[in-house]
Amino acid sequence: MFAYIVRRLALMLVTLFGISIIIFVLLRIVPGNIVDILFDAAGFVDPADKANLEKELGLSDPIVVQYFRWIGGLLQGDLGYSYVSEKPALQEILPRIPITARLAGLALLFSASIGIPLGVISAVHQGTKLDYALRIVSLSGLSLPSFWLGLLILMASVSLFGMMPIFNPNPKTWTEAFAIYAVPAMAVGFRSAALTMRITRSSMLEILRQDFIRTARAKGASEASVNYRHALKNAILPVITVIGIEAAFLIGGLIVTETVFNIPGVARFLVEALRWRDYPIVQNLVMLIAVVVVFANFTVDMLYAVIDPRIRYGD
Amino acid sequence: MRSVQTLVAAALLLLPAYDVASAAEPKQGGILRIYHRDSPGGASIHEGATFSINAPFMPVFNNLVMFDQSKAQNSADTLVPDLAESWAWSSDNKKLTFKLKQGVKWHDGKPFTSADVKCTFDMVMGKSEQKFRQNPRKSWYNEVNDVTTNGDFEASFNLKRPQPALLSLLASGYTPVYPCHVSPGDMRTKPTGTGPFKFVEFKANESIKLTKNTDYFKKGLPHLDGIEFTIITNRSTAILGFVAGKFDVTFPTHITIPLLKDVKSQSPNAVCVVEPTNVSTNIIVNSSSPPFDNVDVRRAMALALDRKAFISILFEGQGDIGGTMLPAPGGLWAMPKEMLEQIPGYGPDINANREGAKKLMQKAGYGPDKHLAVKVATRNIGEYRDPAVILIDQLKSIYIDAELDVVDTAQWFPKVARKDYMLGLNLTGNAVDDPDQSFYENYSCGSERNYTNYCNKEIEKLFDQQSQETDVAKRKKMVWDIDKKLQEDVARPIIFHARAGTCWQPYVKGVTIMVNSSYNGYRYEDVWMDK
Repeated sequence: MFAYIVRRLALMLVTLFGISIIIFVLLRIVPGNIVDILFDAAGFVDPADKANLEKELGLSDPIVVQYFRWIGGLLQGDLGYSYVSEKPALQEILPRIPITARLAGLALLFSASIGIPLGVISAVHQGTKLDYALRIVSLSGLSLPSFWLGLLILMASVSLFGMMPIFNPNPKTWTEAFAIYAVPAMAVGFRSAALTMRITRSSMLEILRQDFIRTARAKGASEASVNYRHALKNAILPVITVIGIEAAFLIGGLIVTETVFNIPGVARFLVEALRWRDYPIVQNLVMLIAVVVVFANFTVDMLYAVIDPRIRYGD
Repeated sequence: MRSVQTLVAAALLLLPAYDVASAAEPKQGGILRIYHRDSPGGASIHEGATFSINAPFMPVFNNLVMFDQSKAQNSADTLVPDLAESWAWSSDNKKLTFKLKQGVKWHDGKPFTSADVKCTFDMVMGKSEQKFRQNPRKSWYNEVNDVTTNGDFEASFNLKRPQPALLSLLASGYTPVYPCHVSPGDMRTKPTGTGPFKFVEFKANESIKLTKNTDYFKKGLPHLDGIEFTIITNRSTAILGFVAGKFDVTFPTHITIPLLKDVKSQSPNAVCVVEPTNVSTNIIVNSSSPPFDNVDVRRAMALALDRKAFISILFEGQGDIGGTMLPAPGGLWAMPKEMLEQIPGYGPDINANREGAKKLMQKAGYGPDKHLAVKVATRNIGEYRDPAVILIDQLKSIYIDAELDVVDTAQWFPKVARKDYMLGLNLTGNAVDDPDQSFYENYSCGSERNYTNYCNKEIEKLFDQQSQETDVAKRKKMVWDIDKKLQEDVARPIIFHARAGTCWQPYVKGVTIMVNSSYNGYRYEDVWMDK
């Protein structure tokens, strides 16, 4: 097991190195850089000024030099300076991470706490009106884009309650503090909850038909015990895999949700940075996301072994 | 008895007047909350070319002179002193001297002197050692030889030739005076000014905060304790925020005409105005390569335009048709309607215009059996894309099959600069409603913003003549002739001049939206809140 973990960690490092090259190269392939954008906004191009600015930002250096400058800095904890704000990239990124982490965590919590129980209920009551109703809810969750749902929530809040749950860095009450995270988390987590529910349902249906479930019932176990202790425990593996994948996909949903709810998190910041071709911000943020995804996958793999004792990672 | 009744009646009559008078007395305090449409690239107005920078940072600074913030139309008649106490032209109109106010301090406590004026304009003219990263309005001062000082409180602009428009350029929101002792880099991130509000913080994509300058040299101003701009890039969220009362003012001219109806229906007490933005939507034509190197094809295209259709579709009729200069009544230099309608393509009979266009196309070798295929390039932004689609539809009527080519912002200017387009749909904003700014920037031979490289030496001479003319009435006539010629030459066909809405809550007082510029009305020193 230990050797496996070490091997996985080594593989993670190689993966991250590969990702760093892909991020760096892709970013440079995208046409235009910050200098083009700045001068486009000004509608004025003095080639000498443009060349000076490219030199000042290090954009005129060969791409290999730029790459090693970035990686070298990254290894020493120096993420460089944002081209736009001219502040250290770390100073720009760090305060935004807890905001997005809180939002993503709440969204995943919402997704699991709603999706799993409803999936179980739907499977247990297969073919009933309740099952159909829950399937319609899950289908709508998969069909409604989170930005649209977010806008609907905002419009409803304004017209019904005369308030708006958009971000406020200094909430006055705990309800406001809760609302500014919980409402967008629900908007972004709804799709994920729907997916979790569907996966839980199908996995549960498969497990509920197994012999050991019949045996448990024959032994006189209660329905709750059969469904949650025996069936769900065995059905949860694919659900965890999906939640792990969803954690990675969540960032895509967060981009629009953070924009709609005006949350100054990492996801929205990444889009803005991309718009400005603010390479130091984009490179480091995408790298950070890659690290999170790689670690999420690693954690899911490790969780398999914890949840299902039959799974053993050999040496 | 009768006298008592008269007295009561008189008192009742006076009561509303008293109410108005007391209501007009500005109240002190409060933080004005405005949403901002996007995160500006920096805080340095001199390095910016969008009013996304002016709106939040103009309150930090002062100019030498400015346009009266309570008058909606910017003109030479509405110029008022700011850092200058007075100004005077020399007898040959080649030297403009400002007497400066004394006792003015920068926000860091250092005194403001004429050296700061010289520093600022030396840097703008590219004559100082310290350089801006970008300097988009350097060409405004092409006719200025140098800036000289006489003691600490007098500065003079020495011109190569008379240029009466210089005062208007100096009054623009784009022309604040910077401190000598602060580097351009610091001005981009932590601007220091003399203005009514001090810079507190700028969090990219989040907020901009300003606080009252208690040491402001204009006594009794500002009325507000501060201003907070919340950056909200999603227009729907921003407008919903205003409707929900989270903001006191919308971002200036940010509300489109169709959206204005929603705002008014959901927030009936809001005060909303619709004003011209002095941004024209126009066509840039690549006349250096086929098919638009053929003047007949260019003229046919100009004749095919149904400008009213653009305005009714995009602005529900609330837009303006004109030439290069902003149309009246907002614009000061627009040619009269009768003159405008004489220009090919501007006449009211669209069908007749298009018949003429078809003949020109046939002369150029195109017709019902041989359509001309072109691409209309434009930026991937709604304000650009939407009129481009209408343009494509209108061109169909004269045998031109156009295809939309949307271009990312980062690629727009490089594409235009390397002439990699046939037709482009472009927006041109004017910071000052003055022909010097518009003509030299957009049509002068070799100007960086003359995207189409239009160059007509005869017209160039006329630019210089109008620029030196001090008699406004005479200058106006010269400007009309030039504008007419530019349209006849299809130099950059103007489709329409946009209008947009701004709203504020009824308790916000002293907001004036300028009718002939979106760049000059954000000092906010007179704004107050009646609550």
